[in-house]
Amino acid sequence: MADQSILRPNGTDELIEAIGQAAARGQRLEVRGGGTKAAIGRPGRDSTLLQIQGFDTVIDYDGPELVLTAGASTPLAKIEALLAQNNQMLAFEPFDHAVLFGLAPAATLGGVIAAGVSGSRRLTAGAVRDHFLGLRGVSGRGEAFMGGAKVVKNVTGYDLPKLLANSWGQLAVMTEVTLKVLPRPQTVQTVVLSGLNERQACLVMGQALGSQADVAAAAHLPAEINGGLSLTALRLEGFEPSVKARVQMVLEQFGTTAPCDVLPTEASALLWEQVQHLTPLQGEGALWRINVPPMSGSEVIEQLKPYGARCLLDWAGGLVWALLPTTDGGQAVRAVASTLGGHAMLIRAPEALRLSVPTQHPLAPGVAALTQRVKDGFDPAAILDPERFV
Amino acid sequence: MPVPDGAVLSRRGEIVAALRAIVPGEGVISDPASLRAYESDGLTAYRQVPLVVVLPETTAQVSEILRWCNQAGVKVVPRGSGTSLSGGALPLEDGVLLGLSKFNRVLDIDYDSRVAVVQPGVTNLAITRAVEDRGFYYAPDPSSQIACSIGGNVAENSGGVHCLKYGLTTNNVLGVEMVMMDGEVVRLGGQHLDPAGLDLLGIVVGSEGLLGVVTEVTVRLLPKPQTARALLLGFETVERAGQCVADVIAAGIIPAGMEMMDRPAIHAAEAFVHAGYPLDVEALLIVELDGPHAECDYLVEQVAKIASANGAVTSRVSTSEEERLAFWAGRKAAFPAVGRISPDYYCMDGTIPRRRLPEVLRRMATLSDHYGLKVANVFHAGDGNLHPLILYDANQPGELERAEDFGSDILRLCVEVGGVLTGEHGVGVEKRDLMGTMFTEIDLAHQQRVKCAFDPQLLLNPGKVFPTLHRCAEMGRMHIHHGAVPFPDLPRF
Repeated sequence: MADQSILRPNGTDELIEAIGQAAARGQRLEVRGGGTKAAIGRPGRDSTLLQIQGFDTVIDYDGPELVLTAGASTPLAKIEALLAQNNQMLAFEPFDHAVLFGLAPAATLGGVIAAGVSGSRRLTAGAVRDHFLGLRGVSGRGEAFMGGAKVVKNVTGYDLPKLLANSWGQLAVMTEVTLKVLPRPQTVQTVVLSGLNERQACLVMGQALGSQADVAAAAHLPAEINGGLSLTALRLEGFEPSVKARVQMVLEQFGTTAPCDVLPTEASALLWEQVQHLTPLQGEGALWRINVPPMSGSEVIEQLKPYGARCLLDWAGGLVWALLPTTDGGQAVRAVASTLGGHAMLIRAPEALRLSVPTQHPLAPGVAALTQRVKDGFDPAAILDPERFV
Repeated sequence: MPVPDGAVLSRRGEIVAALRAIVPGEGVISDPASLRAYESDGLTAYRQVPLVVVLPETTAQVSEILRWCNQAGVKVVPRGSGTSLSGGALPLEDGVLLGLSKFNRVLDIDYDSRVAVVQPGVTNLAITRAVEDRGFYYAPDPSSQIACSIGGNVAENSGGVHCLKYGLTTNNVLGVEMVMMDGEVVRLGGQHLDPAGLDLLGIVVGSEGLLGVVTEVTVRLLPKPQTARALLLGFETVERAGQCVADVIAAGIIPAGMEMMDRPAIHAAEAFVHAGYPLDVEALLIVELDGPHAECDYLVEQVAKIASANGAVTSRVSTSEEERLAFWAGRKAAFPAVGRISPDYYCMDGTIPRRRLPEVLRRMATLSDHYGLKVANVFHAGDGNLHPLILYDANQPGELERAEDFGSDILRLCVEVGGVLTGEHGVGVEKRDLMGTMFTEIDLAHQQRVKCAFDPQLLLNPGKVFPTLHRCAEMGRMHIHHGAVPFPDLPRF
């Protein structure tokens, strides 16, 4: 039997009604799409579940226009399959968090946008926010509005899609989204370098990105999570003659730095899937996602080693996934990230830790106050899950 | 524009003195002759001499100026190089014009991390000049790049001919230091990639100087591609050229640049720079490909095949850097070329879904007959950004007004077919009153709530972007839902 306390509005009018009434009563709402990220954030919040469903139609998709408009609760997998049929893709390489939580894949398009989920290609292709062109939604005021547009180039008015990406549903509930789509590369190969330490790896990844080889993604698996031998991966994508030439450029650049191998398409895809799914970081503990300037990635690993951290570097070192024993309590991670000019978000952890540590990195006071004023504008009654990250 | 506040005008002496106390020496300009230099930006149809100009040199001075103006209730208009094509830096009679021209230093370049930290007054091109000897460049390249400042680019989210592949300013800026109207200095973004919370940097870029004054910008640098080659393709119909563009993209090719010109633009450009453009075609495409030699060679071949399949009657491939630049010479000179055949021209900037191009051009021709004014079109074909140039003579009574009406009709047409009012020039003063064709009152209210979060007194660059700026206290009101007032127990003021 369906839980009566779950709100399941059918269509935009009912959604407006549901949010408007909740605002009038001061009833807090937890907005949910596929529910794959439900375990992120403070547990036990006093809120009613608002299930977003039925907004799952592809409204417009014209490949050569490079634009796709779909309902926000459309499954990510459905969109990716549709794009793949047309040799296109979401270039920010979103992924389904289900795999990190042992769930069945269920991520929705709105969910990956609201959570700002970008994969390894984010390094060079940009994040969700760079491909998110327009939206329709209902704000915490219970008002339907639109932001952005359905064309790839637009500067008319404020860029509300940027604000909604990574807002975790705390400003508005999205009902329809428009994304920029791009051609899928014909060929993908990966050059892997073995045995580099973290510092060398960050330097190599930085140099590769500064070369004309047009590297699409760069990740590093330290020895301790890769069977005793570290692996540094440089992904090259594009048309076959180009990839072939660029693989040679990379081999010439780093052939004397470390032993190199070239992974063909399938092996390459498997490696990047492991990076995406954090396969080498299995186990108990607290999983953190740490953003730092790319060259500081190795520093994060070094400074977190004494706390028993096991780490994986993506985005040429700019993204550190760290698995720590829960005994740390988060202080070390937060301190290291802050010192290096970055921030850390708690992704997966036992309830006790999620109760004692804020999920998102505390903001500088001025930015925190500004953020709160923006939230107050969209959600003056503070009903859109305001306690999730505090 | 907002009606000038007589009380502020009468306090001019006091305001000038207060600014002089913050910025000593020549940093405050108040004599009428010198003020005149600031009376307009790139949209010269609009002119207004500012109350006073202040040219601070430090973030601390900017902070003090804004804090003082905020407390005194004095409006402020920020200005970079003044190249806006939408009147974004148009001064106010009762407002302080805050120029960032003295913020002209490149502060730091980090080649390992591929970022540069620069002051907002540094020109777009100067960033590339500072890093090119190491093989890097800054990608967005608005055509005013020799003069426009990076701070202005941030305000306007500037584009350029290469933005289909490399993105607009917003995709290439990693962080800013910004002073808010109350004087508070905040840092948004940084050298890391994703934001810790809301993407406030994303909303600041393209906010047209209404949210804060940017005092430092961190940009992403890219390695210069190994080579670039271009194709010059002529077609007998616009439809065929448009289909060629669609087929190139459908083949998985994202060119570095893909520009289209219609017959009037081709003829004007050819007469001006003698680029060797064919004069017997209805549409000309320039397709530029960049990357490693192997990639360019392969893609040039692919594009040539696609063009041929679409019946291209001219198909030339650049075989030298000189020839590539010659292909571009006419396109890059298109605006001045049109300026040569007409006393004045008015440049529009809508974006449309590319598939609607033939229809839009046909209807534009009808409008052209209706208004009795000629129009030439240049078009960023890859991303659907259309620049109709309306030819008129400001010395003929009524022609400017007719040109503006024609322009407004074109922009309404862009919105009608699913596009937008502006692809890269900004709303500014120019398109402010057309915002209602694209957005409802509720849409605009949600945008304005962002403004209120940053500048609750609405003192920063008022009169731009929003057709009506409601007082923020009014914006904060919740509408009454089914007769129920939210939180009936809370005290109301």
